[in-house]
Amino acid sequence: MKTILRLSVNGTPREDAVAGNALLIDYLRDGLGLSGTKQGCDGGECGACTVLVDGLPRLACGTLAHSVAGREVETIESLSHEGNISRLQRAFHEHLGAQCGFCTPGMIMAAEALLRSNPQPDRAQIREALAGNLCRCTGYVKIVDSVEAACGTEHAL
Amino acid sequence: MNSLPDFQYLRPATAADALRMHAANPASHYIAGGTDLMPNIRRGLVTIGAAIDLGGLGELAEIVEQGGALRIGSGVSLARIAAHSEVQVRLPAVAQAALSVAGPTHRAGGTLGGNLCLDTRCNYYNQSEAWRAGNNYCMKRDGEGCRVAKKSKRCYAAFSGDVAPALIAMNAEVEILGARGVRRQPLTELYQDDGMKWLTLAPGELLLTVSVPLDDVWVSAYEKVRMRGAIDFPLAGVAVALRREKDVLTGLRIACTGVASQPLLIDGLDAVLGKPLDDASLALIAEQADLANRSMKTTLVDVLYRRGVSLVLAKRLTQRLWDAAA
Ligand SMILES: Cc1cc2nc3c(=O)[nH]c(=O)nc-3n(C[C@H](O)[C@H](O)[C@H](O)COP(=O)(O)OP(=O)(O)OC[C@H]3O[C@@H](n4cnc5c(N)ncnc54)[C@H](O)[C@@H]3O)c2cc1C
Ligand code: SF4
Ligand code: FES
Ligand code: FES
Repeated sequence: MKTILRLSVNGTPREDAVAGNALLIDYLRDGLGLSGTKQGCDGGECGACTVLVDGLPRLACGTLAHSVAGREVETIESLSHEGNISRLQRAFHEHLGAQCGFCTPGMIMAAEALLRSNPQPDRAQIREALAGNLCRCTGYVKIVDSVEAACGTEHAL
Repeated sequence: MNSLPDFQYLRPATAADALRMHAANPASHYIAGGTDLMPNIRRGLVTIGAAIDLGGLGELAEIVEQGGALRIGSGVSLARIAAHSEVQVRLPAVAQAALSVAGPTHRAGGTLGGNLCLDTRCNYYNQSEAWRAGNNYCMKRDGEGCRVAKKSKRCYAAFSGDVAPALIAMNAEVEILGARGVRRQPLTELYQDDGMKWLTLAPGELLLTVSVPLDDVWVSAYEKVRMRGAIDFPLAGVAVALRREKDVLTGLRIACTGVASQPLLIDGLDAVLGKPLDDASLALIAEQADLANRSMKTTLVDVLYRRGVSLVLAKRLTQRLWDAAA
């Protein structure tokens, strides 16, 4: 049964009729067309679906849409403004933090949550914050490099 | 991965409302962070008519110090527990265990209540519908018999929560809301050794809070072994709480996870008390931990390894805490 869900998505207040069993990832992707958030695994294992709920990382594939009523949801689409990508996105682009790109939205949202609470993390803290995000391409080094670059803590080459 | 079955979403404002909703919808499940329940629903492991979301129960989201104990609400996230300074300093095993659960995103949403009530795990159970169909299911869900112990009448799926052993070693008590009101019991009594019914909760009963005595004479630690260092359930996990007065060991509590269908408090350790910790004491600890261990082939990793590593962890943590308390 659909009932009204009120929440904020990427800064915009919304009211939508959403089924009780709808997952946040399906609401975002299929309902709102925000297909930047990816479904990478068969549930809870890979972090590709990471979005922010009230600033904290959350797996959209394991979250019921109605459970975030009244909250602030942010997806990868929120990071660019008028065609300008964010510092973190630019760093992933310039430091080859993305190869196939499938894990990238989740990586960037998890990194975004980290940088908001700890703007100058060291490599160990970056690795810890991204521990639940799997990447099958990069081998992770370039991803950690990218996050370091975004906060200006990268070691001189 | 299955698509989700049709179910209702309910959001109670109080614990009493949650109980009433459960009574009115017998096929319902409480959902907290959903990090265990949702993947299980999606694998077809759970029959669900309604999801009762505990996220709105502010009364379960507090950590307070009260009467010499730390009272942690079942709705508190594992991330908050791991970062809480009082927990880190006075209940280190609990902080270490909470920090070792899954990955940071799971810990931001996953709660203490969900971790303590976590479903038991088995290689033949935590699989997709197609995988289980291909193996003709088993008695824990949809089928008959056991693939791990062919002649067994019971299921040996392993309790694999990390925080329960730490809390048990620290002598925690839980508060449970049931049809007849609130009751308090040792956390150990929440569990029984049955992979299909590992909790002693009656249908609809709600875990409210966990109280851990704050006794600074005790020191504690938790360690686990897992397949992937960054994110994984314990193949075996051990929590040790120890009291040393001068050169005498005056208290020792050891609890294990991942090695039976319930978290285990190791008994028979009294003989090591009242004297310094020595090699004979460590040998006895290993012997008692081995006696209690009921690992079965429920993981891809060999049973002998899980047994052996439990003993090593129990001895290592005991020695380390003993030395550090000097
Ligand atoms: C990839 C992955 C890795 C994981 N690794 C670990 C790990 O290393 N260690 C570990 O311990 N766990 C692990 N987990 C499991 C899970 O993330 C945690 O155990 C988490 O703490 C569960 O909490 P939750 O709030 O999300 O529970 P939920 O999924 O919301 O609930 C779990 C169960 O508890 C019941 N429940 C919840 N709250 C209450 C309550 N107050 N009263 C009564 N019943 C209640 C629910 O009905 C449900 O049956 C992992 C999960 C995934 C997907
Ligand atoms: S222990 Fe046996 S019955 Fe239980 S889940 Fe595994 S195979 Fe199934
Ligand atoms: S898609 Fe959500 S964790 Fe993999
Ligand atoms: S870039 Fe391909 S999975 Fe990470």
